[in-house]
Amino acid sequence: MKVTTVTQSDENDGDASKAQIELPRFRPVTASALHERARQLRLDILEVISHAPMGHYSSSLSCAEILVTLYHHVLRLRRSDPDWQDRDRFLLGKGHVAVALWPLFAELDFFPQAWLQTFGQLGSKLTDHPDMHRAPGVDFSSGSLGHNLSVGLGMALAARRRQRDHRIYVLLGDGEIHEGQVWEAAMAAAHYKAANLVAIVDANGSCADGPTESVMGIEPLAERFASFGWHSLEVDGHDAATLMGAFAQASQCVDKPVCIVARTLKGKGISFMEASPREWHLGALNGADLERARQEIREAE
Amino acid sequence: MSGMSDPFSFNAGAVESSYVGNLGEAFRRYGEQDEEVLLISPDLGAGPVTGAFVQQFPERFIDAGIAECNAMSMAAGMATYGYKVFVLQMGAFGALKCAEQIRTDIAFSRVPVRILSAWSGLAMGFFGTTHHALEDIAITRAIPGLTVLAPADDNAASAMLAASEQVAGPVFIRLTDANVNPVYDAPPEVRIGRFGRVRDGSDGTIIGTGLGAQLAVGAADLLAAEGLSIRVLDAYSLKPLDEDAIVLAARETGALLTVEEHLVTGGLGSAVGEVLARNALPTKFSIHGLPDETLTVGMPDELYVHYGLTIEETARRMRVLLAGKC
Repeated sequence: MKVTTVTQSDENDGDASKAQIELPRFRPVTASALHERARQLRLDILEVISHAPMGHYSSSLSCAEILVTLYHHVLRLRRSDPDWQDRDRFLLGKGHVAVALWPLFAELDFFPQAWLQTFGQLGSKLTDHPDMHRAPGVDFSSGSLGHNLSVGLGMALAARRRQRDHRIYVLLGDGEIHEGQVWEAAMAAAHYKAANLVAIVDANGSCADGPTESVMGIEPLAERFASFGWHSLEVDGHDAATLMGAFAQASQCVDKPVCIVARTLKGKGISFMEASPREWHLGALNGADLERARQEIREAE
Repeated sequence: MSGMSDPFSFNAGAVESSYVGNLGEAFRRYGEQDEEVLLISPDLGAGPVTGAFVQQFPERFIDAGIAECNAMSMAAGMATYGYKVFVLQMGAFGALKCAEQIRTDIAFSRVPVRILSAWSGLAMGFFGTTHHALEDIAITRAIPGLTVLAPADDNAASAMLAASEQVAGPVFIRLTDANVNPVYDAPPEVRIGRFGRVRDGSDGTIIGTGLGAQLAVGAADLLAAEGLSIRVLDAYSLKPLDEDAIVLAARETGALLTVEEHLVTGGLGSAVGEVLARNALPTKFSIHGLPDETLTVGMPDELYVHYGLTIEETARRMRVLLAGKC
């Protein structure tokens, strides 16, 4: 197929005035450096939520290693240029953890650090669920669970049709995959052999009503995706080296979409949240609790 | 269409379908002129609306299987790459089933997806109450950022394919399958946000959308023979609505009757009523549509007669309105 449409950002590719440094895929980084990034991200999450009346703590903390591995290692991006046409795309299916993206985006100079202090305030660009028309760096809005795998599949097919080598990553919650539309998308992605599509399930095992398996059983998760025609992996979602290996393996798959089931702990890094993740799905940390949480994250091995 | 399966072509007893007329060819030609046009459909692509396109450009058709919501969200994702993505949906399973995908993924995201909502209204009435599509105007006009068009006939539908490009954001096109009294001999000029004044008149105005526009023209012609001068507005642009035309018609003709193949709750009549109330216009006003109840089933032509969506009943209601009895 002839490709005719090229968006305007191509014309700006040579503009280096804004320090738009390209960050290549699988850029060198050590697992221990990623763990330090994850520790910092957890501290940042506490800090950002402290500016708002409340925030989604425990399900943000469960995906910290996944997000830093993506944004500091896996994704092809360009600093200061969130709309760069040839970036890889990332969609946050479990949109309620947008608070975990904002510090990463500020660090990439997608917007000023000062915006982080506006989280959750009236009219803020940094919302509890990500909005593509408010915050630079959001590749697609989310908030209604179950939609983004479909949207990501549409992007994957469009990128292939445009003969772009973009890769599309979608982070799903394990409760999110209760949604029927996820399985419509899973079926279609395999049918269309969308090998440029990677789903990551943050399998933190907890929903609002209780353990995911007791609310609505989803296991065996990896086998279910495999039976839908996906290449399926199951990994420790808190181990950066393992995650790096899983993403590398995913990038080698040429004939089917890839699902990485990342086993995680809801509330990871803060003992009282790990102990009662439901209580800290949505909440507000204050005073001594906040200081204790910071302390635990700083002192974690 | 040769060689294509057509799941909606009937044999004996078939209603005349406008889709087998010009729209299918218009869509094929539109796609031929612009290779950015893609089609996604849940197992309906081979039918009369898009079958010719699909046959000529099979690689530009993405069959979503019978998964309407996935089709809508996929379309949103594809549109972020600049494609002109059309989604062909059956009326009953488009706006109603996918209201949230349309609102959240397509309208709020401002992506240029065009939804062709086919077999709207009572077109699938033979198949049961599940197949009535009579709430879609109410649903879609309540969605910010969505443009809602409803062509009166086959020629108008053909014109709206290219006209949708006047809009940067998403467009919902409600296609009528009725071919009772076609309004246009050729694809008309389409101006988003405007109604078409297809008959001028001073004694009263009938505002129709889709089949309603066909009935309005027929009724105006009947009433003209009785010496009544009736203006007819084709309300093909439901959102944005042509508020100016409504206000002008109220001021200049003093009596408004709306006609639509949609429930009387939330559709064209409601929209016009809101304009009249906002502008405090002392106008005779009546809404002709389908009652707020679970409707009966049957072939469309029989249902139109059963519910009074006919030229004669439309004319009768206009006479009653002008006589000041409703």
